[in-house]
Amino acid sequence: MTRRGRGASRWASAYGAGPWHLLGLAACFAVAGYAATRVVGAGIGMGFAVWFVGAVIFHDLVLWPLYSAADTAIRSLPKLPARLGRARPAGWRPAVVNHVRVPAGLSCLLLVVWFPLIMRGAERNYRGAVGLSTSPYLGRWLLITLVLFGVSGLLYAVRRWAARRPDH
Amino acid sequence: MRAGNGPPGPFRPGFWRSPLRGPWLTSVFGLVLLVGLVIVAVTGLLSYAAYEPRLPGNDMTPGKGLLGFYLFDWPTHPAWLYRVTQGTHVVLGLTLVPVLLAKLWSVIPKLFEWPPARSIAQAVDRASLVLLVGGAGFQFATGILNIQLFYVFPFSFYPAHLYGAWIFLAALAVHVAVRLPRAIRAVRSRDLRRELRTRLADTRPEPPDPNGLVPADPAPPTMSRRGVLAFVGGGSVLMFGLSAGQTLDGPLRRTALLAPHGREYGTGPNDFQVNKTAASLGVTAAEAGDGWRLAVVGASRIHLSRADLLAMPLHTYALPIACVEGWSTEQVWTGVRLADLARLAGLPPGAAAVTARSLQRVGYFGQASLSTGQVADPRSLLALRVNGADLSLDHGFPARIIVPNAPGVHNTKWVRELEFRREGR
Repeated sequence: MTRRGRGASRWASAYGAGPWHLLGLAACFAVAGYAATRVVGAGIGMGFAVWFVGAVIFHDLVLWPLYSAADTAIRSLPKLPARLGRARPAGWRPAVVNHVRVPAGLSCLLLVVWFPLIMRGAERNYRGAVGLSTSPYLGRWLLITLVLFGVSGLLYAVRRWAARRPDH
Repeated sequence: MRAGNGPPGPFRPGFWRSPLRGPWLTSVFGLVLLVGLVIVAVTGLLSYAAYEPRLPGNDMTPGKGLLGFYLFDWPTHPAWLYRVTQGTHVVLGLTLVPVLLAKLWSVIPKLFEWPPARSIAQAVDRASLVLLVGGAGFQFATGILNIQLFYVFPFSFYPAHLYGAWIFLAALAVHVAVRLPRAIRAVRSRDLRRELRTRLADTRPEPPDPNGLVPADPAPPTMSRRGVLAFVGGGSVLMFGLSAGQTLDGPLRRTALLAPHGREYGTGPNDFQVNKTAASLGVTAAEAGDGWRLAVVGASRIHLSRADLLAMPLHTYALPIACVEGWSTEQVWTGVRLADLARLAGLPPGAAAVTARSLQRVGYFGQASLSTGQVADPRSLLALRVNGADLSLDHGFPARIIVPNAPGVHNTKWVRELEFRREGR
């Protein structure tokens, strides 16, 4: 092994990756660090830091536990008829779970993004800026949710009908 | 300590059981985000340039240092450019929300990896992921709340969103540099067309990967891989379809059911999107009434009534108003050329920049500066009428600026003073 090769392998075993890896990350931290000093220079350091940390954990420690719990609840839905003793024996039926999961997920997505309009939290600023009220948005969201579940239910009915046909 | 022998719960590999998590799925989301976020970032930085930060009063952020850099004068041609770039920035950002959430879902086991780092390189890498995930969340959250005028954050949106972008982009660049080859290999490991034909019954986990995305103990799938892609893609189509209408005029505008500025006002000449009513900024009909005079300042200082302005040569152009919040609308404006007013102030257009000051007492953008190029464009007007009628008070009566391709808030309403300055190009 050449001297350079030995050096590189000693570096790799001590650091865990090539030197370019450290160089790239150092550049990243330099740019981000400089931007952070400008944030402080603009006098918004504290609020910015709190919101940034909140953004780091928001999906993994807030959203994910919520939607994964909701999904567990939805997945237990098909077991309901069995528990109630009304399960029909035999015959393949399309799974109902995704026909609930998908419209529910999409509806929640719209709510998470547009809650300031739907729940009217932005009403005061919105009225001042736009000159109108946020009141129609709740109805619109409910209507879109209804349509999503309606289309999903319709698709389920079609799939079930197709599965029941004798030639299938 | 042996891998997988860490604290209980999510730190144990057996905790994560989704049979769909794996490098292929993560890489598909990652590459879609890469393309989309580059467009969002470029259009976002262009928007900073569009605000002409070098002109007096346009970017008052203290201590901006190198981040207040100035690259070029924002052009007035084509008039629809900002409408397209900023509409893209906002609508594409909204469209990417489901993809970002799916990407975060797909890699969540990595957050709980145990031990937290196996090498210095990995520790440094994970520190950069804090900037990446935090930066993405921060940018999306502040942008989404700002377009809904929900100002719950304890800082001014403009510097926070701009500086947050630099932190996010620094982390994104290094993330792409480190992961892109691996992501491309992972995407090539499966045939997309075949995945799109694979039903739930035939869906199997990806083969075990060294990075631990594929679960050690996968549960039976409840959704096919194509199902997940359709779910996420459907979310994007929904986000796009319910907001893109606010960048369009005509009947399609009504499709923006969940967007702040897709509203109908009526059918009159002044019935189009308002941004900041007169009442909310403390502008009264009385001060905008007969006693109003426009101060035109330059080599001399003169005062003009609305009748004086209407007696000057009037010009009519169809020009868009395009807001930083992503919405836009084109209307037909009639008014006096800024170039003619510069001449009146004793300055030749082409060498005159202007600062327009409004009657508004509160809020941002009570004044905005325009470049020599913007003043010289013959379509740049001090508008007095819109769609053949006098401006309404909410649209800036008695007079407002309209400049082709300028960000909406630079089209100052209720103008009380135009201060022209000589400036070399």
